[in-house]
Amino acid sequence: MGIVSRGFKGRRSEGPPDRVPPGQHLTDDFPVLSAGPTPHTPLEDWTFTIEGGAEPLSWSWDEFQELPSETITADIHCVTRWSKLDTVWEGVSVDTLLDRVEHEGSYLLAFCDGGYTTNLPLEHVTDGKAWVAYGYNGQPLDPEHGGPARLLVPHLYFWKSAKWVRGFALRDEDEPGFWESNGYHLLGDPWQEQRYWGD
Amino acid sequence: MSSEDRRLDGNAIGGLLLELFGLELTAAMSICRSCGSEEQVARLHVYADAPGVVVRCCHCERVMMRIVRAPGRTWLDLSGTGSLELRELD
Amino acid sequence: MAGAAVLGRLTWLAADVIGAAAETPRVRTLRLHADEWPGHRAGQHLDVRLTAEDGYQAFRSYSIATAPDDELAITVERLDDGEVSPYLVDELREGDRIEVRGPIGGYFVWDASERGPLLLIGGGSGVVPLMAMIRHRAGTGSSIPARLLYSSRTLEDVIYRGELDELAARQDGFELFHTLTRSQPEGWAGYGRRIDAEMLREVAWPAADEPQVFVCGSTRFVDTAADGLVAIGYEPQSVKTERFGATG
Repeated sequence: MGIVSRGFKGRRSEGPPDRVPPGQHLTDDFPVLSAGPTPHTPLEDWTFTIEGGAEPLSWSWDEFQELPSETITADIHCVTRWSKLDTVWEGVSVDTLLDRVEHEGSYLLAFCDGGYTTNLPLEHVTDGKAWVAYGYNGQPLDPEHGGPARLLVPHLYFWKSAKWVRGFALRDEDEPGFWESNGYHLLGDPWQEQRYWGD
Repeated sequence: MSSEDRRLDGNAIGGLLLELFGLELTAAMSICRSCGSEEQVARLHVYADAPGVVVRCCHCERVMMRIVRAPGRTWLDLSGTGSLELRELD
Repeated sequence: MAGAAVLGRLTWLAADVIGAAAETPRVRTLRLHADEWPGHRAGQHLDVRLTAEDGYQAFRSYSIATAPDDELAITVERLDDGEVSPYLVDELREGDRIEVRGPIGGYFVWDASERGPLLLIGGGSGVVPLMAMIRHRAGTGSSIPARLLYSSRTLEDVIYRGELDELAARQDGFELFHTLTRSQPEGWAGYGRRIDAEMLREVAWPAADEPQVFVCGSTRFVDTAADGLVAIGYEPQSVKTERFGATG
């Protein structure tokens, strides 16, 4: 531990322990973390694709907007230690998307504009656990926060909620994505503090 | 603030690289494995507020380095860097 | 010496705050003393580590404001949403202790032994490492032609204002150009807009003179200034850049 500087506190607050996982602190703002430049795909070019099932399936933006959607209120937890409670999103459940594809594998790799990927077991994105979200706080999702659409998997660390998501590649095996192939935990459950390999 | 304002350059990881390698590397010449561009590390695009540090080629934007720090461990992926020239003291 | 490797472990040193002085309403210079500080070159920075009582730590980097032969000092701008800068600018006082490591940097550095001329372009707190170079030049009695083009929002935001005026008044080859981008006082004779190619054409030497060029500020500022220099004929690789983030 370093030398304590008198009066330095940082900007954190603790929260109710049943809602804030170990090692996390609360934040009021919504930090933007980026691994690269913000992509700007025009909506007329945007598609969401599921491949690796019996047949590839793709929606245009307009088709995607017609899918049944819901409002989701969720707590989110970033591996960089901030948590934000009661965030409100609008989007399409991943169940709705996967129900339309015949598939056998147990995993998916989400792929995104800009090249980011993240891997997830299907059991962690089904049964109401995950969405493709295009609205935040009643507004269209801002590009800085992943708009036009991002994956939302609030029960896992937020690096799994891939920004600028464009589709899923269904897989038989858990193929590590962008961060999972370089130190970050394959699953990332904040309640077990699964931040890094071996945690 | 846009992610463009959030983008830094290789100067921002000078301390990190000095800590990991024991060498001043911001002036080191690097080659992007994706496009072949040669630039000093200080001129590369650095995104330092992600879950890890991402260093991208300033010409083609492809990833050249990824650095993840955990207590007692650091993961370094230099697979996007074709070559890094380390010079000795004169 | 440019690009020289520095060997050895980089360790955190205890640094006592031996002086704190406001430069502008939002900016403060902290003079530091660390027993084992190895010395530094103009343009280098140091990392600061702050530890709270519960063990929470925050890290930031700050450019060193002083010349190599001077004592160690950093100049910090308070960013309103910042976690560290409000503490350093408003709370920290003489006698307090922080941790530093460094010096860091072998690219964005200038020694008075190098040839000139020297073109320095700074935006806001980007002037700090350039000031170390200017102070180094003055301290060594160098007569290398040097020009600083310094962009600030208003006159009240100009850091080191009095010292820069005094150095320019010496007429020893150092020339000062201000641009105030948000508002200008009555009778202002300097520039009053964001840096562009036209301004650079008037202030910068022709590219053929091959000046040493250092540009520092926010990413947006640096990219605009560097693009402007390229537009008036400078080779991109001849323009040395250092981009500050806005995480405070």
